[in-house]
Amino acid sequence: MSERPRERGRHSLLWPGLALPGIVWLCLFFLVPFYVVLGVAFGTVDPLFLTPQPEWNPLRWDPHAFEFVWEGLASGGGFRTVFLRTFAYVAIAVAISLAIAYPVAYYVARFGGRFKGLLLAGLVAPFLISYLMRMLAWINLLQEDGWVNAVLMWVHVLDTPRTWLDGRASSVILGLVYGYVPFMILPLYAFLDRVDRSLLEAARDLGASRFHAFRLVTLPLSTPAILAGCVIIALPMFGDYYTPDLLSGSPNTSLLGNQIDLYIRGGQQVPVGAALVVCLMLLLAVFMAYYLYATARAERRLGR
Amino acid sequence: MRRWLANAWGKPRFLLLFTLAYFAWSLVPILVAIRFSFNEGRSRSTAQGWSTRWYWSDPDLSVRNDPDLIGALSQSLTLAAIAVAVTVPLGVALAVGLTRWRGRVATASRFGSMIPLVTPEIVMGVALLLVFVHVFGFIPLGTEAQAIGHVTFSLAFVLIIVRGRLLSIGPEYEEAARDLGASPLQSLRLALLPLLVPAVVASAIIVFAISMDDFVVSAYLSAGAATDTVPVRIYSTGRTAPTPALNALASLTLGVTILIALVLFVVWRLVRRRRGAEDPTAEAFAA
Repeated sequence: MSERPRERGRHSLLWPGLALPGIVWLCLFFLVPFYVVLGVAFGTVDPLFLTPQPEWNPLRWDPHAFEFVWEGLASGGGFRTVFLRTFAYVAIAVAISLAIAYPVAYYVARFGGRFKGLLLAGLVAPFLISYLMRMLAWINLLQEDGWVNAVLMWVHVLDTPRTWLDGRASSVILGLVYGYVPFMILPLYAFLDRVDRSLLEAARDLGASRFHAFRLVTLPLSTPAILAGCVIIALPMFGDYYTPDLLSGSPNTSLLGNQIDLYIRGGQQVPVGAALVVCLMLLLAVFMAYYLYATARAERRLGR
Repeated sequence: MRRWLANAWGKPRFLLLFTLAYFAWSLVPILVAIRFSFNEGRSRSTAQGWSTRWYWSDPDLSVRNDPDLIGALSQSLTLAAIAVAVTVPLGVALAVGLTRWRGRVATASRFGSMIPLVTPEIVMGVALLLVFVHVFGFIPLGTEAQAIGHVTFSLAFVLIIVRGRLLSIGPEYEEAARDLGASPLQSLRLALLPLLVPAVVASAIIVFAISMDDFVVSAYLSAGAATDTVPVRIYSTGRTAPTPALNALASLTLGVTILIALVLFVVWRLVRRRRGAEDPTAEAFAA
């Protein structure tokens, strides 16, 4: 008994001690890098070598790069088009993804029956196939002599082969939907699988048709899952640059991610790229906070 | 149509058709890409006979004989192995620490550790590139920097999986061990860790898969062709690749990924059966 207090003291240090290496890691390689992005965004460029000169002291920050972005956002500016295009593509792609993901998740969750294991394996399979390989598959199919043109000409939708990989918004949006829809189906499935069946039975017993029961019970219950699914695929879409590069490669479909990539790796105006990263984070902060809040709430339910 | 929808007792047939169509749309392009990798000819868009030329026998352009291609595969596997070896212990300790440790600092750290999960990859790629160039100059771009990046973005996944398991286990087992005279460390090692084994294996599968899948961080922190991973290779030559060797590389990578994930999955099933425990890991991850 006499040992107890001393042991408690050690006990209370055990947990922070276990967490410490991970926290230090995240500080070094997540928190510090963010500050460096700010430093570069508010820094200057060496006039001779064109290398960025980060400014670590917030009192001496130079908003030059942000002014450049701001001017580009004025009407007629280049960034305005890109921002609007990014919003449009992401909104369309998320809407199409939801239209695909919800019915599929709903069917597997409610009517999977004895094939549920197999269907689930099919839903998880895309997670093991690298995103870039899935884009490569579509590059193969969308070539001028590829199978998409062959099929479309065979059913007489097209008379001559179309160049799909030449700056078409439809190809980029197809790529985004194809690439991200699995990440929406799985959380939706996980939620729909847990919906209390007795609620549906009660609705049916009280005279609701299957469609009404769905609309009045399942759909309202799944609203948080729908929102979380939309957010979790919209976030990476906002930073995507490889999908437009691979499926279009034209400045006509350039997204925010392409601009960041261009300025960061193009060399001469790295601060502008860093400023765009800061703008992107500010833009997405609400969505990110919503998702983290929703996850924390789900965890609290699990812990109870 | 309305009557058909309202059909009371049968399974909704149009939903079945929709789901099957989704599976076809989702998997057929991949199968087609794999099929082209076995092409006899050089086309990547039409079927031209069968051969393993682009995997094995072509003297210059096959995956086996093109150092860029085989190098990309080995770089991907190296990074995935390092990521699993570092992230899993780091993440498990972080999850246990943050879950059992109470207080305001713990809550803030818990919230902060989840932010990488919702950060777009390009933000992380740019941030890491700039930090390695301007601050941590002693860590060279290439394998070292890429491995650090992979650990950083996969840490949050381990945290979610292990935390989900910890919350469902509850603190009772450790308290029982403590009451029976175990020291805190002993109770952790003898009571908690064995219960966490399924979550640890699940974390290893996820970390391996997302490391193999990663493109942006690997691309930003690559030091040139020698440290390009498979996705980076696909990005840089996907539009212009002259032969199906790139398809062969992608198919091979997919095969290796599935094989390793399958082995880990079998391990997971075995330990789970031996523990005989209900495991909410998958659901916790999906949520």
